[in-house]
Amino acid sequence: MLHIVNKSPFEKSTLDSCLRVAQSGNALLLIEDGVYAALKGGATEPRVREALQKFKIYALSPDLEARGMKERVLEGVTLVDYGGFVDLVAQHNVVQSWL
Amino acid sequence: MAGTDNDIPQETSGKIKKFMFVNRKAPYGTIYALEGLEVVLIAAAFEQDVSMAFLDDGVYELMKGQQTKAIENKNFSPAYRALDGYDVEKLYVEKESLDARGLSEDDLIVPVEVMSAAQIGELMAQQDVVIGF
Amino acid sequence: MKLGILINEGPYTHQASDTAYLFVKAALEKGHEIQRVFFYHDGVNNGTRLTVPPQDDRNIVKRWSELGEKYKLDLVVCIAAAQRRGILDKKEADRQGKDADNIAPGFRISGLGQLIDSGIKADRVVVFGD
Repeated sequence: MLHIVNKSPFEKSTLDSCLRVAQSGNALLLIEDGVYAALKGGATEPRVREALQKFKIYALSPDLEARGMKERVLEGVTLVDYGGFVDLVAQHNVVQSWL
Repeated sequence: MAGTDNDIPQETSGKIKKFMFVNRKAPYGTIYALEGLEVVLIAAAFEQDVSMAFLDDGVYELMKGQQTKAIENKNFSPAYRALDGYDVEKLYVEKESLDARGLSEDDLIVPVEVMSAAQIGELMAQQDVVIGF
Repeated sequence: MKLGILINEGPYTHQASDTAYLFVKAALEKGHEIQRVFFYHDGVNNGTRLTVPPQDDRNIVKRWSELGEKYKLDLVVCIAAAQRRGILDKKEADRQGKDADNIAPGFRISGLGQLIDSGIKADRVVVFGD
């Protein structure tokens, strides 16, 4: 299953809810303001490092670039472009956008 | 209900998919709860396998005793009671969300199935279509 | 793969319509089929032809109309949500006694059944919203 989170972890509880509910082995794609969770050095780093043990975590590269954050990505988070986003949707039998 | 193309098209009639509608937002502050419900009713009219999951502030949508006269808004909470008349009986409420808000099943306007986050996650993975609003 | 797309937010205020557009474009370039793009909630505002965005920025409505034409996409604006927000085609305007219509080229107004139809016919439904 693919989960998509598009809100900053500092603005909304979306990421926390997703991590609480998602099953081990699921994939998480961070897009739009959600990419702020993919970064090192902030309060979310420990939570996301822990999540990397349970889930494959991806971040949409164009959204990181737009926000000037591409150089701060946490190791273990895989960057994808829109083509990669499409591939992730194809690879998982169900997709949920956490709104 | 207003609209065209709500008749079941020939080529889809008979095909049943699992649709889960995820509600995470409180009522009245935004329109998502109300307009989300309209989608659920149409999915049921198409005889799909429909379930609703209420997480986070979505659990507030089901509160008893909503009185909307003073905000001059339509109280649509009775519509949740009408769902079983449309064969929508699978209403799942996340226990963690209820607990965090100091709520229990008794506070809710309809009978629901209270489930853990893990159980809801498992259900989500079994769906064909998951739509959040 | 057949993809159903649901867009829940209007142009500019949220990134949803942009992300959806770029996703759809990438999917088409990879040879996937877009079964339908359904606009709900404030997403119906992507379907008005009356926007005049700044010249130096992307024209979100026009972009959808053009992509729709190039790939023969089915761009559907939900009638119930459109009625609430004032997006009308000529037929609706006449039916409701309004003095104008505003739907953008390439979009059509229809019911929520079209969203469910997408869920049934497509291999995946991807939702873009707030």
